[in-house]
Amino acid sequence: MRNKPALIGSVIILVLVLVAVLAPVLAPYDFAKTDLNNVEKPPSAAHWFGTDQLGRDMLSRLIYGARSVVFVIVVVSTISLTLGLTLGALAGYFGGWVDTLISRIIDFLFAFPDLLFIFFIAATIKPGLVNSLKSFGQTNNIQWLVDFVRSGYADYLVVMIALSVLGWAGLARLVRGQILSLREKDFVLSAQAVGVPTRKIIFRYLIPNALAPILVAISMGLGGIALSEGILAYLGIGLQPPNPSWGIILADNAGRYWREWPEMLWLVFLPFVVMASVVFAFNFVGDGLNEALNPELQ
Amino acid sequence: MLAYIVRRLLWLPVLLILISLLTFALGLYGPGDPVQVMLGLHTNPQIVEQVRKEYGFDKPFPVQYWNYVTNALQGNFGYSLVKYQGQRVSDLIAKRLPITLQLNLVAVLWSVPLGIALGILAALRRKTWLDVFVRAVVILGISLPVIGLMPVLDFALSRKHEIGALGIGPFLPPGGWQGVFAPHIIQPAFILGLGALAVFTRQTRAAMLEVMNADYIRTARAKGLKEWMVITRHAMRNALIPLITIIGFTLAGLFAGSFLVEQFYGIPGAGALAYDALLSKEYYIIMAFTLIAAVVYVIFNLIIDIAYVFVDPRIRYK
Repeated sequence: MRNKPALIGSVIILVLVLVAVLAPVLAPYDFAKTDLNNVEKPPSAAHWFGTDQLGRDMLSRLIYGARSVVFVIVVVSTISLTLGLTLGALAGYFGGWVDTLISRIIDFLFAFPDLLFIFFIAATIKPGLVNSLKSFGQTNNIQWLVDFVRSGYADYLVVMIALSVLGWAGLARLVRGQILSLREKDFVLSAQAVGVPTRKIIFRYLIPNALAPILVAISMGLGGIALSEGILAYLGIGLQPPNPSWGIILADNAGRYWREWPEMLWLVFLPFVVMASVVFAFNFVGDGLNEALNPELQ
Repeated sequence: MLAYIVRRLLWLPVLLILISLLTFALGLYGPGDPVQVMLGLHTNPQIVEQVRKEYGFDKPFPVQYWNYVTNALQGNFGYSLVKYQGQRVSDLIAKRLPITLQLNLVAVLWSVPLGIALGILAALRRKTWLDVFVRAVVILGISLPVIGLMPVLDFALSRKHEIGALGIGPFLPPGGWQGVFAPHIIQPAFILGLGALAVFTRQTRAAMLEVMNADYIRTARAKGLKEWMVITRHAMRNALIPLITIIGFTLAGLFAGSFLVEQFYGIPGAGALAYDALLSKEYYIIMAFTLIAAVVYVIFNLIIDIAYVFVDPRIRYK
């Protein structure tokens, strides 16, 4: 691999995933455990990355924050990829009313500026949905549902669905365009002529050939999802405190509850550097893929 | 061509109705009972009933929707329920929107021209240190999380640092709003413009690279045109046209960024108002924002798509 940034990016992503999966093993402390005798301590042997304003171990919080990012990235990209590939391919391949219907839905979703749309969903549907989930769990005695709501991940799910709803539309539009141009190619015609089933034509013939720009779009998109996760948590509409997300850590230490912190640089600088390097990593890999797959544009 | 424009124009009202319907339905029923939001949980039921009547919440949904839309068309988006109780949402927004627009304008004015210039330079000096530098700027602009960059920059620039006996700084005031010409605007406008800078640089560079390989550039060179004439007359003119299509996305991104920047720097603009509204469930304000933003965005993108055809006669929509 000649592309150094892409290589570094891949390593960072690998580390991120490992840290997310192994968080309970790696974290030296409980991420929510407060220690009021050790408030805002600089990095030391006991707390490598120092402690925050409630005496919580920063390293453990950052490690669990990785979990939150990876969780969101996996869920959002899976949903939007499945929807985007399938619906985009259907629209491009069949044309006609299928195309019209899917394209109009995409148009409609594109009518909302994305962050504002998520904002709106978080302000309107989320509280009602989370509350009804909770009361449904309580009245029917479904313990895991109650726990799920209490854990703060229910709030998260709503935001993730909103992110996916926007994510698939962009991808579907891209896939549709690719399929439209591939549909007329001879190899598709010959496949149709020898009676290859439609499903197989779409998934074995068309999508693999349309893959290059789709891959680039996805890898670039992952960095965007990671950023959105942080921003939404920062704004208080993603994961709920005390659960750690890098956005929440930033908000706690320097954002919503603004405080003087000249001597507490690590509280803001560390989550910033960690978050930035993860987004960098995704963009580096995306850039590298772009270079490898579309050499004429570089 | 004409058919395309007519079809887009016919689709526009349908889209606007769908947008307003969704916004209204979610806004009204999403966050819970608006009267409860306004009066709190423990209020005399009689008063609740009275307020419900007063605001028309007792009427059936289609009637309420109709009233909301007709009022909105006349510029009345309802009233603030909590923080600015009784004030019209349209007044609140009108008072704060100019600040956001000015801030965004400054952000656009520094970032878009610089982005275009950097993109052109990088494409012309491809694979030199300049190109590498520009691509680094692009990746930085896309990747740096604003929520962390703001406090770090603020720490570096608007605080006094004591190094030994020496005091350095502060270089810039920490924020607040003193109008377009005060140094207070430098930090927020810089942060706000970063994304647009990256997008415009990347797009310009890609478009220039594509154009520079075109046959008409070779022709222009072959007929002995000076290189700068080739670049300004032939390459740039063709490369910059596609940039029109990303203006809409860029502006939407800027507006969304205003939420974060205004809230952090304490700028009393529309973004800060929207954020406040979200936290205090001011659903009339949230609805107004979503509705206005979506409508402006849709119409803006329509104008761009149509204008694109006229600017570039090679484009043919089917």
